[in-house]
Amino acid sequence: MKNTTQRSNGYYGKFGGAYIPELLFNNVNKLQKNYERIIRTKEFQTQFKTLLKDYVGRPTPLYFSEALSSKYKAKIFLKREDLNHTGAHKINNALGQALLAKMMGKQKIVAETGAGQHGVAVATACTLLGLSCVVFMGETDIARQAPNVARMKMLGTTVIPSLSGTKTLKDATNDAIRYWINHADDTHYIIGSVVGPHPYPDIVAKFQSVISKEIKIQLKKQTGDAEPDYVIACVGGGSNAAGAFYHFLGSKKTKLIGAEAAGMGIHSHETAATLMVGSVGIIHGSKTYLMQNKDGQITEPYSISAGLDYPGIGPLHAYLHETKQATYYAVTDREALDAAKELIHLDGIIPALESAHAFALLPKMKFKPTDVVVINLSGRGDKDMETYLKFIL
Amino acid sequence: MNTLQQTILNNKNNNLSVFFTAGFPTMESTKEILGILNTTNVDFIEIGIPFSDPLADGPVIQHSSTIALNNGMTLELLFAQLKEVKDKITKPYLLMGYLNSLLACGIETFYRKCYEGGVHHIIIPDLPVNEYLEEHKFIADKFEVSPVFLITPSTSEARIKEIDKISKAFIYVVSGNTTTGNDSSIQTEAIKKIQDMKLRNPLIIGFGIKNKADYSEACKLGNGAIIGSAFINMISGSSDLQKDIPEFIGQIKS
Ligand SMILES: Cc1ncc(COP(=O)(O)O)c(C=O)c1O
Repeated sequence: MKNTTQRSNGYYGKFGGAYIPELLFNNVNKLQKNYERIIRTKEFQTQFKTLLKDYVGRPTPLYFSEALSSKYKAKIFLKREDLNHTGAHKINNALGQALLAKMMGKQKIVAETGAGQHGVAVATACTLLGLSCVVFMGETDIARQAPNVARMKMLGTTVIPSLSGTKTLKDATNDAIRYWINHADDTHYIIGSVVGPHPYPDIVAKFQSVISKEIKIQLKKQTGDAEPDYVIACVGGGSNAAGAFYHFLGSKKTKLIGAEAAGMGIHSHETAATLMVGSVGIIHGSKTYLMQNKDGQITEPYSISAGLDYPGIGPLHAYLHETKQATYYAVTDREALDAAKELIHLDGIIPALESAHAFALLPKMKFKPTDVVVINLSGRGDKDMETYLKFIL
Repeated sequence: MNTLQQTILNNKNNNLSVFFTAGFPTMESTKEILGILNTTNVDFIEIGIPFSDPLADGPVIQHSSTIALNNGMTLELLFAQLKEVKDKITKPYLLMGYLNSLLACGIETFYRKCYEGGVHHIIIPDLPVNEYLEEHKFIADKFEVSPVFLITPSTSEARIKEIDKISKAFIYVVSGNTTTGNDSSIQTEAIKKIQDMKLRNPLIIGFGIKNKADYSEACKLGNGAIIGSAFINMISGSSDLQKDIPEFIGQIKS
């Protein structure tokens, strides 16, 4: 990220910061003071790059879709994060943070998960690096994402049901933070998106930035120009979008487009489109847009996709939205399902429901035939088979 | 000097405070519990603003918040309740809550309503010191409200001194690195070191204080203690608050 977006004290414009109880001050402060130095060391860089290449399978392909290109009259490329080990972009961050934790002398990891993709990625990284791992998951999500729960358990992770609040991702995040407070000495918290107190949004964005770094190189090779006209990504907390946008921030050419989950529609009260219906406040230690009532109580989001079912959004996106450096649209459950169906039939790719939200913007955009469009295909749809079988067969 | 500051100084090292959540177990409980506490040996009272996502709290306080919110409790209603009873309650009380509630109310409105409700001190665990100094202090001062900050056994000396400098009533010393209501014991050695710093402000110890033994230990290490989860548990199990609250307090400070 250029200095145009990141102030040294952890703010993006007025968004971000570290609104944490004193109980977390030492841990967060240590992380703030050390993360940039550690990430820059040769030791870290060598290990991280090797793992991304040989273990995760990076670089992920940039695939030119002839079918989508001819249908939407533009040059459409898919960044295949679905081909990563464990099936989504989440592993980029999980491995980076697990390495960081190890270099900071922590032996234990706590994390939250919604759909279970981040949980599985963290469980995998911990197994690989010999760290012990506890994952909080809302009781509701445990019930609707059973295969990922089984994967985490198989990897030796302790999965603890969150029984507080609405028993979904926001509550799992609360419980992971509380666990961290109670185990501050030996535990590192691996947050799953570009959310949380500073420096988390920056750490996660940096680890995900490999996505846009590769896009630039691949696009240059395939089209002769490193900069596309559009980058499109889905936004829950916003980590895959942050990674896909990162090296295009400040570009005069590239338009950055985010797809939020509208659920049943932004006026339905059954929605997770934070930028459309939210207002500025504090969620999970960060000042950003969130869904809340007029008393400041955080409200329950809804989306068919568990990974987008979050009532906040990373402070970077709040800032890009407010300064109009990126444009965000809302996509309903139905539109996402239709987009998934189309991708399955045209390209033979079953996307994650989250990623399908990005594809649902294709019919809404007005491209020129010469436009180069990159869609971040953040994950694969194995975990969503039950939903697909129910709704699109 | 306001009544809270006076009270804490007068009591030297045996201050007793209790915490309860506004609107729990019923919407009308706030006024009732305040009224009963006013007749006991409690020295000052902390009233929690219920919040949907209380990060620093353990299960007992979380649960009380959830019930209060289900009852329809809001910050606006709490301020209205306080205005009603403020002339009858002679013991000082303060508010504890999370920053998002304050921001949703609006900074200026919040501090004005504190003043109108007889609240001179607030505890907002997720309000950073710098943000208070830059964006709140000017307005809070105007309405004679000042914050109480938390420190923990692992807060650095430099930071404790900085907090001591800007605190006006007491410093809230968290008993250990824990969320509220935990069973872990008071980290005696670390808190002794804080005591040895001879700060300007009295030290009141909280989080996990549940009985007379904990209270007595806190009185040796500082100037008293705050009981939260244990008090709320008692309320939850009580069918006669008029009898049980004085009995609970009596067992701890006679
Ligand atoms: C495949 C996939 N894409 C996107 C997301 C949303 O997260 P983010 O907005 O941080 O990329 C998730 C979250 O679980 C996911 O699994």
